[in-house]
Amino acid sequence: MKEQEVPQDNNSIYRGQKRAVYATTEDGEYGVVASSGWDVEEEATQQAVAELERLADEAYEMCQEGEVSPLEYHMYSKRLDLLSLSQATGLFQWRIKRHFKSATFAKLSDKILERYADVMGITVHTLKQLPKRES
Amino acid sequence: MSTMLSHHGLMMSEPMAFGLSSALNFAYLPFVKLAGMPLIAYRSIPKAIIKGLQKNLGLKMKIETFSNQQKGQDRLDTLLEEGKIVGAQTSVFWLPYLPDEMRFHFNGHNLLVYGKEGENYKISDPVFEHVVEANEQEFRKARFAKGVMAPKGAIYYPTFVPQAIDYERVVPKAIKAVAKRMLKTPVPIAGLKGMRYLAKNIRKLESKDRRYARLFLGHIVRMQEEIGTGGAGFRYIYASFLQETGKILSNDTLLEASDMMTEVGDSWREFALLIAKSIRSKKSETVDFDAIAKKLESIADEEAVVYKKLLTAF
Repeated sequence: MKEQEVPQDNNSIYRGQKRAVYATTEDGEYGVVASSGWDVEEEATQQAVAELERLADEAYEMCQEGEVSPLEYHMYSKRLDLLSLSQATGLFQWRIKRHFKSATFAKLSDKILERYADVMGITVHTLKQLPKRES
Repeated sequence: MSTMLSHHGLMMSEPMAFGLSSALNFAYLPFVKLAGMPLIAYRSIPKAIIKGLQKNLGLKMKIETFSNQQKGQDRLDTLLEEGKIVGAQTSVFWLPYLPDEMRFHFNGHNLLVYGKEGENYKISDPVFEHVVEANEQEFRKARFAKGVMAPKGAIYYPTFVPQAIDYERVVPKAIKAVAKRMLKTPVPIAGLKGMRYLAKNIRKLESKDRRYARLFLGHIVRMQEEIGTGGAGFRYIYASFLQETGKILSNDTLLEASDMMTEVGDSWREFALLIAKSIRSKKSETVDFDAIAKKLESIADEEAVVYKKLLTAF
């Protein structure tokens, strides 16, 4: 990739920071070039972020209707899924699925709740409820 | 790594450290999931990179992991006080200086801690071209994140750094290791075979859920460009290494291979662009999975030519 070809697409995700890429000068010499972003990379990341937001939104609504516990919402909002949450907490997936049920979740011990909260970086208090959202 | 070594008197560029550790690779691991998607790696795991440098350069590195978080933090602080620069493995999710959208649960990130001021660690992160900071609490969470490839507070630093490198001896070994690995690994998920295996799976996406297929494709791009330092899944850094060693050893074959590797890097970028265009397409348009798979297969062919050439360089 030549220096002039290094994309400077002002990837909004970078918040003004620059990424380091390797490119060649006119003489063909390699060096580090700062890039403000490549829209291809930005789109791929936004796609992944949007998918998690979609899952979190669905979980939020289902929780409001009492169909699932807040756990499912918080999981997606912290970019986790069943497998990674299981790996991070050390709890089996089938157990976590049970905790997605409102009734089961309500009876969980503080110990288990703390495990989830710790992995997600939130308090148990936050975990037990849905955050307020503007409609 | 190169900053660490330079700090100890062994001047080495990032591409040189990358090349001499034989880190260039490819692996497609459908059974290891990162955010629900298979892991695609363009370089060896950091431990292998460190071992590679140790073996090739006579470098001695110490890697420490901790079951006790406080001990882990204290040890890092002690090493920094001794004036050492320390490498650390962390989760990407907990790094406060990373933009929110980049903070996924990836535990195989590596960075350098070069100092501490008050409660803040001073960090050199390969993602950005400027230095960054994180406070004790944030950094602890990043170092001790749980899950797949959990870092366990891993830190590493050199205990013996040779003051000179015998390039004539070390470079051929390092390059041949990469070329052989990419060309000849018998395992279907690694090397060029791994690329072709991924291409096959891309074609299979045709019959899979539409949303999943697009996410899968987007994921490939992210593995290549977001996690891959320097762009094009580390291929540009490797081309830079080939250029540097080509000059040091006055080896024209290496210089030619460097140009070829640059073109390979460009092809990877074209591949990413092709995927981006497909994901962009509106709901009614079908994605041409075959075209994407074909592009990946042609990249594998291009890389094969470069590695074969490298095997004739010495």
